[in-house]
Amino acid sequence: MNFEKVVFGFFIVLAATLNFGFFLGDIDKPEHHHIYELFAAIIVNLIATVLKFGDRTQIGAIHLATSLVADLQLIAAASVWAFAVHVTGEGMTPSVTSSVISLSGGALLANIVSLAILVAETVMMRR
Amino acid sequence: MHPGSVFFIVLRRMRAPLILLIIVYAVAITGLTLIPGVDAEGKPAPPMSFLHAFYFVSYTATTIGFGEIPQPFSEAQRMWVTAIIYLTVIVWTYAILNILALFSDRAFQQALAAGRFKRRVAHLNEPFYLVCGCGETGGKVLSALDEMGARAVVIDIDENRLAELELEDFRSETPALVGDAAQSSNLLAAGIKHRCCRGILALTNDDAANLAVAAHVRLLRPQLPVILRVEHDDIAARMHAFGAHLTINPFATFARLLALAVHAPALYRLHDWLTGTPGALLAATRDPPRGRWIICGYGRFGHALVAELLREGMEIVLIDQHEVKAPGFTAIVGSGVEPDVLTAARVAEADGLIAATDDDLTNLSIAVTARQLNQDVFIVLRQNQADRAELFQALAPEMIMAPAEIIAHAALAQLITPLLPAFLRAAENEGDDWAWALLARLRMQLGSAVPHCWQLSIDDNMAPAVLSLLIEGREVLLAALQADPTDRSQRLATTALLLRRDDADALLPSPETPLAVGDQILFVGARKARAAQELIARNLNVLDYTLTGREASGWLWRCLGKRVADSPEADEHLG
Repeated sequence: MNFEKVVFGFFIVLAATLNFGFFLGDIDKPEHHHIYELFAAIIVNLIATVLKFGDRTQIGAIHLATSLVADLQLIAAASVWAFAVHVTGEGMTPSVTSSVISLSGGALLANIVSLAILVAETVMMRR
Repeated sequence: MHPGSVFFIVLRRMRAPLILLIIVYAVAITGLTLIPGVDAEGKPAPPMSFLHAFYFVSYTATTIGFGEIPQPFSEAQRMWVTAIIYLTVIVWTYAILNILALFSDRAFQQALAAGRFKRRVAHLNEPFYLVCGCGETGGKVLSALDEMGARAVVIDIDENRLAELELEDFRSETPALVGDAAQSSNLLAAGIKHRCCRGILALTNDDAANLAVAAHVRLLRPQLPVILRVEHDDIAARMHAFGAHLTINPFATFARLLALAVHAPALYRLHDWLTGTPGALLAATRDPPRGRWIICGYGRFGHALVAELLREGMEIVLIDQHEVKAPGFTAIVGSGVEPDVLTAARVAEADGLIAATDDDLTNLSIAVTARQLNQDVFIVLRQNQADRAELFQALAPEMIMAPAEIIAHAALAQLITPLLPAFLRAAENEGDDWAWALLARLRMQLGSAVPHCWQLSIDDNMAPAVLSLLIEGREVLLAALQADPTDRSQRLATTALLLRRDDADALLPSPETPLAVGDQILFVGARKARAAQELIARNLNVLDYTLTGREASGWLWRCLGKRVADSPEADEHLG
C-alpha cells in the first residue's frame, strides 16, 4: 500500500463528495445549501488540484485539467454568492441560488470525470 | 530533457508549500466566519462573512495589513487573528523560500539551461558545425570557426570549460550544453539531425566518447562529414568500421610530418604554410637533419616516431623508463632528465633529439640538458598543455609538437576545405623541386604570412552567377574568378591550387581552364581576394564585367543595349 496513493484518492473522492453534498437539494432554495459546505468543497478541490501537479503522463494531464475545471466552477459559484450578498445586496434570491447551484453542478460533473479516471487508472494497474 | 520539464519541476516542488498554504487559509477563514464580532456600541455582532474573512486573511498573510476592516474587532476575534498572523506569514515565507531555493538548485538550473540550449539550436537557421568537447583542441577549433564566420554548437562534459568559453570574445553566440557527447539525447538536442548541421567534430579526449559520436552520425546522418580525434589504434579501427573517413591521430600525423620534413623539406614547408592559422608568420627554422636521433619516451608518440624515422633510415637511440626490446635501435633505460643518461646516449654526437614524454616539465628539462651538452642538436619538443606555450617558446626548440594544435588544424582543413588535404597528398607525388618552385611563386604573390585557403563550388549556393552563365551556354574561364572586379586588367592576389571535376583532380589549373557545373576549386590568397571573388561568383553584373569588360547594367539598360546592338543602324552609329 502506498500512502501517497491513499492521500491522493482521499482528496479526490472527498472533493467529489463535498461537491455532491452541496449540490444536493432544491436548486432555488438557499436553506438547502450551506455556505460552509461550499467553502469546504473549494478548499478540498484546491488541495486535490495541487496534489495532481507535476505528473507528466497523459492521465496526469487529464486529471489536472478536470480539477482545474472544478476549481473554476466552484470559485465562480462562490463569487456569484459574494457578489449577490455584498455588492448588489439582493441576497440569496431563488435566481441567484439557482445560478450558484448550477455552477457547482458543473464542478460536480468535472469531479465525477476525475473519479472515473481514478477508477480507470486503478483498474489498469491490476495490483 | 523534455522542453516543458522545467514547468513540471516547479509544479512538483511547489506541491507541499501550496497545500500547506491552502490549509492554513482555510483554517484562518473558517475561524473568522465563526467568531462573533462587536459593533460600534460594544454590542455583540454577527461574525464576518466569507468575503470579508478571505479579504482580511489575504492582506494579513501577505503582511500588507490594512487594519481591522470593516469595523474594530472583538477580543475573541483579536485572539484568533494573533494566531493566524503567525501561521499565515510563516507559511507564506516558507512557500517563497521554497521557490527561491528551487531557482538556485543546480539540477533545476541545468534543466533550464538544457531547455534554453535546445530552443536556441532548434531556431538556428544558418549552417553550423557541432563540436563535441571544447578542451584545448575544441577551443582552438571554435575560435578558428568564429574567425571564419561559421557558427558552432558545443557539447562538453565539463561545466568549467564551457564557462571559460563564455568569456571568449566570439562574434557570434555559440550555444553550449553541459553533458556527455556519447549520449544520444545530448547529440539530438545539439542538432545532429538539424537540417543546417554541416559537420560534426568529435574532439573529446575520450576515444570511447568519440567512437560513440561516430556511431550516431553513421546511423542518424550517414551523409554528414564527421571528424574524429583518436589516440588508440584499436578504437580507430572500430571508427573505420562505422564508416568514419577521417580520424585524426595527432601523434601519427606529427611523426609523418617530421618524416616529410626530413626527406622533402619544401613539401613540409608548403604543408606548414597552407595549414597554418591565417595571418600568422612562420618562423624560419632549419630543416631536420638526417643522422643520429635520440628519442626520449616510448609511449604512443614514441612508437609513431620510431616507425616513421626508421623508415627514413635514421639511426635511433631510445631513452625510456622501461626496458624496450625491439630490433633496429639502441635502447637505454632512464628518463633523459639526468645528464648521465643523455651522455650515455652520446648526445654530443647526435643530430636530433625528440623529447616525447607525456610530461611537459620532463620534456623541457630534457631539452635544456641536451642544449647544454650539444649546441647544434635539432630539438623537437612535445607540448601537452597549451598554457605552457610561453615556456616552450622561450626555449626556442626547432619544432614543437602540440597535439591540440595539430588536431585543430587538421580538423579545420578537412572540414572547411576538404580539397586542401587532397592537394597536399597530390603534391607529395610531385616531388620537392616542384614544391620549392610553387612555394617561391606563392610567396612572391602573397607575401610570407600564412594565407587564407578556401574552396569554391560551381553550384547554386556558392556561385549562382557563374552557374546561370554556364546554363545559358556561355564559356566562363577560371581567369574570370581571379580578375579584380574594379579593374579587370589587374589580377586578384589568389591562385587556384586544385580543380576537382568528376572525382578527377587537376593540380594548379591554368587560368584559361573553362569552368563546368559542379567543379570544385581550391584557392589560396589574401582575405580581400576571397571577398572579391565571392562578389564575382554571386553577382551576374560583376562576373559579366570580369568576363567581357562590359560595365554593369540593370535589366532596362540590358534590354535597350540588346536592341541597339541588334538594330542595323546601331552599327552605323557606332561607326
